[in-house]
Amino acid sequence: MVEFRVDRSGGLPAYLQLVQQVREALRLGWLAPGDRLPTVREVVAASGVNPNTVLKAYRELELVGLVEARQGSGTYVKATLGTASPELMVELRAQLEKWVHGARQAGLEDEDIHALLGAVLAGDMKGKES
Amino acid sequence: MSDGIAVTVDDLGKRYRRWPHGSVWALRHCSFELPAGVVAALVGMNGAGKTTLMSVVTGLLAPTEGAVRLGDDASRVSFVAQDKPLYRHFSVTDMLKVGASLNRVWDQRRALRWLERFQIPLDRPCGRLSGGQQAQVAFAIALGSCPSLLLLDEPLSNLDPLARREVTKELLGEVADTGLTVLLSTHVVAELGGVADHLLLLAAGTLLEQGDVDDLLASHVRYVGPRSDTSPGPGQILQARHTDRQSTFLVRLASDSAPRVDPPWTTQTVTLEDLVLVRLEMARSGVRGVAA
Repeated sequence: MVEFRVDRSGGLPAYLQLVQQVREALRLGWLAPGDRLPTVREVVAASGVNPNTVLKAYRELELVGLVEARQGSGTYVKATLGTASPELMVELRAQLEKWVHGARQAGLEDEDIHALLGAVLAGDMKGKES
Repeated sequence: MSDGIAVTVDDLGKRYRRWPHGSVWALRHCSFELPAGVVAALVGMNGAGKTTLMSVVTGLLAPTEGAVRLGDDASRVSFVAQDKPLYRHFSVTDMLKVGASLNRVWDQRRALRWLERFQIPLDRPCGRLSGGQQAQVAFAIALGSCPSLLLLDEPLSNLDPLARREVTKELLGEVADTGLTVLLSTHVVAELGGVADHLLLLAAGTLLEQGDVDDLLASHVRYVGPRSDTSPGPGQILQARHTDRQSTFLVRLASDSAPRVDPPWTTQTVTLEDLVLVRLEMARSGVRGVAA
C-alpha cells in the first residue's frame, strides 16, 4: 500500500502531488496491477488530506487508465508504467552514468546537471510540438 | 456528497455604527457561492472582515444589505467563535449537556469521540483547561450538533503544531464521513495545501479572490529570466520584480492559454501563499479591478 505525503506549501496542486506519487510507485514497482489503492477515508486518516483532493486524484488516474474504481470495493491499479524493457533500462542507465561522469570531469555540479537536463528536455518537447 | 450549493452570499454588506456618529463598512459587495462538501479557507489580514462575514453567514449578525441563502445541504449550522466561548465553571460533561439541551439534533457519541481522541478530562471545569483543551471542547460541541455547515473562526490559533495537525486531520475525516461543508478563517496560508480546496480572500471588507484552489494555482505562473521591461509570455501581469540582471513576472493566465516562454526564460509554479501575498499587496497599493 502506498502512503501519500503532501507538501502543503508547494506550488504543485495537492491532487497532482498524489497523482505523481501513484505514478512514481507504479514506475518503481511498489504498486502493481491488481493492487488496491487506499480508500479516501484511509488517506485522510493517514495523511490529513482533504477528501475532495483524494477523489480528484483518483478520478484523474482513472481518466488516464491507470486505475479503475470497482463498485463498492475500492480503487484498483489497472495498468503499469515504465515502457522500456529491463535490458534497455540497464543500457540507458549505463549511458547516462557515463555521461554524468563526463559532466563531473568537466566540473559540472549537480545543479548544473539538473539545469542542463531540464533545458534539453524542454527543447525536446518543443521539437516534438513544432 | 451532494452537488448542491451549501451557501449563496449575494452582494452582502455590513455597516457598523461608530460612536458618537458616523459609520464604517466592515464588509461590502461580497458575493460568492460555496459548493456543498468543500473545505473553504477564508483568508485575510486582521480587520479584513473575516469574523463579520462568518457572523453574518451564521445569522448572528443581520446584514446591512444583501442576503445569505443556505442550501438544503446546509440546513444545520455550527459556528465556533475565535475565543471558544465556554462556561468557565461548568465541567466538560456539563458543557455537553448544555449542547444537548440547546440543539434539537445531538450526537453525544460523536462529541465524546472527539474529546476522547484528544484526551480531554471530562470532569474538569472548562475554566481550568488549557487554551488548546478549551478549543477541543468547543469543537466537540460543534460536531455534536451534527452540522451540515461548520464555520470555524481561527480554529487552530491557540493549538500547538502537533494538535494543529491532528485537528486538521480529524476535521477532514468528519468531512469524508459526513460530507459536511466547512468554512474556516485563518491567516496561516502555508498550512492550507491539501487541506482547503476553496479560497475566499478578503481585504478591507472586499473579496479579492475566490474559487477552487487548484484552478487558482493552475491559472497563475511566474516567468523568470534576464532583465526585461516586458513580460516574455501570455497573461496579465500581477507583479513584476527586477534586479540588475534578472526579472520575474507573476501573471494570471486566461483560462485557455498555457504559459509559453522561449529560453532562457523559465516558468515556475506559484504557491497559494505567493498568490495571496501578491493579491494583498496589490490591494494595499490600491490596484484593483483584476477581473475574476
